[in-house]
Amino acid sequence: MTLLETSVRLLPAVGMFTWAWTMIAVPLAVAAFLLLAGKVADRWGHFVAVGAVVYSFSIAACLFAEMVGMAPDHRAVDAPLYTWFKVGVWEFPVGFQIDQLSILFALLITGVGSLIHVYSIGYMAHDERRRRFFAYLNLFVAAMLTLVLADNYLLLFVGWEGVGLASYLLIGFWQHKPSAAAAGNKAFIMNRVGDLGMIFAIGSFLAQVGTVRFDAVNSMIGAVDSGWATAIGLFLLLAACGKSAQFPLQGWLLDAMEGPTPVSALIHAATMVTAGVYLIVRSHAVYEHTPFASMAVVIIGTVTLLLGAWIGSSKDDIKKVLAGSTMSQIGYMILAAGIGGPALALAIFHLLTHGFFKANMFLGAGSVMHAMDDDVNMRHYGALRKELPITHATFLMGYMAIIGVPGWAGYFSKDLIIDAAVEFRWFIGALAIAGAGITAFYMTRLMFMTWWGKARWRPGVHPHESPKVMTWPLVILAFFSVVGGMLMFWWIQTWLQPLLGYHETMPFEPFTSLPGWATLAVVVLGVVLGWYTFGRPEVTIPIEAPKANAFVTMGRNDAYADAIMDVAVVQPYAALGRGIVGADAHLVDAGFMGMGTLLQGVSESLRKLQTGYVRTYALTMTAGVLLVGLVMILSRMG
Amino acid sequence: MNVENYIYLATLLFALGTAGVLLRRNALVVFMSVELMLNAANLAFVAFAELHGQLDGQMASFFVMVVAAAEVVVGLAIIVTIYRTRRSTSVDEANLLKF
Repeated sequence: MTLLETSVRLLPAVGMFTWAWTMIAVPLAVAAFLLLAGKVADRWGHFVAVGAVVYSFSIAACLFAEMVGMAPDHRAVDAPLYTWFKVGVWEFPVGFQIDQLSILFALLITGVGSLIHVYSIGYMAHDERRRRFFAYLNLFVAAMLTLVLADNYLLLFVGWEGVGLASYLLIGFWQHKPSAAAAGNKAFIMNRVGDLGMIFAIGSFLAQVGTVRFDAVNSMIGAVDSGWATAIGLFLLLAACGKSAQFPLQGWLLDAMEGPTPVSALIHAATMVTAGVYLIVRSHAVYEHTPFASMAVVIIGTVTLLLGAWIGSSKDDIKKVLAGSTMSQIGYMILAAGIGGPALALAIFHLLTHGFFKANMFLGAGSVMHAMDDDVNMRHYGALRKELPITHATFLMGYMAIIGVPGWAGYFSKDLIIDAAVEFRWFIGALAIAGAGITAFYMTRLMFMTWWGKARWRPGVHPHESPKVMTWPLVILAFFSVVGGMLMFWWIQTWLQPLLGYHETMPFEPFTSLPGWATLAVVVLGVVLGWYTFGRPEVTIPIEAPKANAFVTMGRNDAYADAIMDVAVVQPYAALGRGIVGADAHLVDAGFMGMGTLLQGVSESLRKLQTGYVRTYALTMTAGVLLVGLVMILSRMG
Repeated sequence: MNVENYIYLATLLFALGTAGVLLRRNALVVFMSVELMLNAANLAFVAFAELHGQLDGQMASFFVMVVAAAEVVVGLAIIVTIYRTRRSTSVDEANLLKF
């Protein structure tokens, strides 16, 4: 795979493209309105919020349609708005780059976002803070669109922090639960670690390239010293790890499931957590100059895809299984993004299909929780197929998409990534294939524990299908979980080619290549293993989680990531803090206090000179005058 | 007439005044000693004016007299007040203004 020097020419925005900024402005304004309007908007505010996202979606769809009609190398458009600020030689513009990559993201964010907004009308119907919830959702949409539409790293960073804020607010939305409040904090703080990488990267761009605009960085990064390119690549990888919950910053995503389920679907499955993939794909020019950082990206992706699958296999909480699965699938995307070349397009392809089927399954899980009085423990589920037929059918489509049944969306995107991984390094490919097998296992386990088998419902639970406002988005997402791959696999690589600048595309050859057959075999093996362990008629799933072997116990505890973090980072950091406090008290303060005490002691003894006897003063004065006179006389003589 | 003798006399008077200020306890006597020092200074001024044949020294002595008169007014007032409150004019007993 040889790579082009990419210098994408951006055309000035005309027509519809000059209106692109309203995609961001409208949800943002609605968010502000809903937060400020007060109780007046409680009854109808959520409809305004849905309207705002649908508006953004329609703009994005129009732009996409217009872009399809244009010549391939005329599709990247720059819509500058104004200059944010100038510092010395650096100028920071606010402008939007609407190109083949960002428009796909905009469509995903606003499309899936609209469906999830609609779903939330039903899901949050009985929540007294519904208006606030929708305001935060709109804030998220605005921030996420800023992230993907920005034409420079600094504006991207604004959106990056905006989605972090929205994520924090929504994870901790049920702040009366201490676990939710703590989860929000955890997500926010762990994301700050990633942001450090982002800030370093922006600083390095300014120092080495002199600008933060994507087009300028892409065309000028080749002149940068390779050491710096590697450093920037690693900084960006750190940023991506924080936002996309990649190893070693993955811990926050599992706790983030404390948020309402639509939030998990929108932010922690379909869009925000994929921002890291976007960042790496957007910065592909950097990685072309640094094989070391690219390899690091590949390794991080591979480790995370296995770690996420492992955690997903051992959890009983349905949302945490899906969260582990999200980590794992994003691992695939990061892996593809690290490989580079046409695999960049595959990362985006998998990101889009994953956005459909994972949002679908998360919303399905929300529908189940709705039916089961917000119980998330799959050991209390079972045999829900008959009670929730629509949710079951849509979930089944998501299931078949994620494990990669031929024809379903995940089959196309994941198989292509595995092909690219095998071509890159055979052992990376082997691990990716193993990940596909584990995916099949844990998703089959989830299906048997939730939908099939025998009912293990808690007393007093009466499952019922969700209202239409919740099932329709599920049906639409299920539709795309089936056809998403077929719709996109034949054009997405050529669509992104002018922007990402690779020479040749990866051919899609089902049922001919060895990796393809191996993947299918492993997936079948995973499904059979899942059935054998959890699905056979004679198997009964205990309601209390039984004692498990070390491997499963480790997975149940998120691979002890929190404990390791605690020992490796939190405790040393706290000790450092205590050390600094101690140094402050015992060194700095002691110095100042000692100086004060010394001066006080000296003045205590000096004040004794003030005896109150006038004649003593007179004597002192006389002695002083004599001394001065003596000095004068002596100096005259000398 | 030898001008130097006046200088010697002025020095002697100044030394006497200083000794009086330092050694005597009665505020009035200390006060008189201060006057003696001032007048010794006046004598020196006048003697030096004669020595240099200029009037500056004589003018300075008039200034000193005026200041001394003002100082006497204030000083005596203080001494009288101290005597009224403490029934004593000893400078060693008025020693409250201290650490």
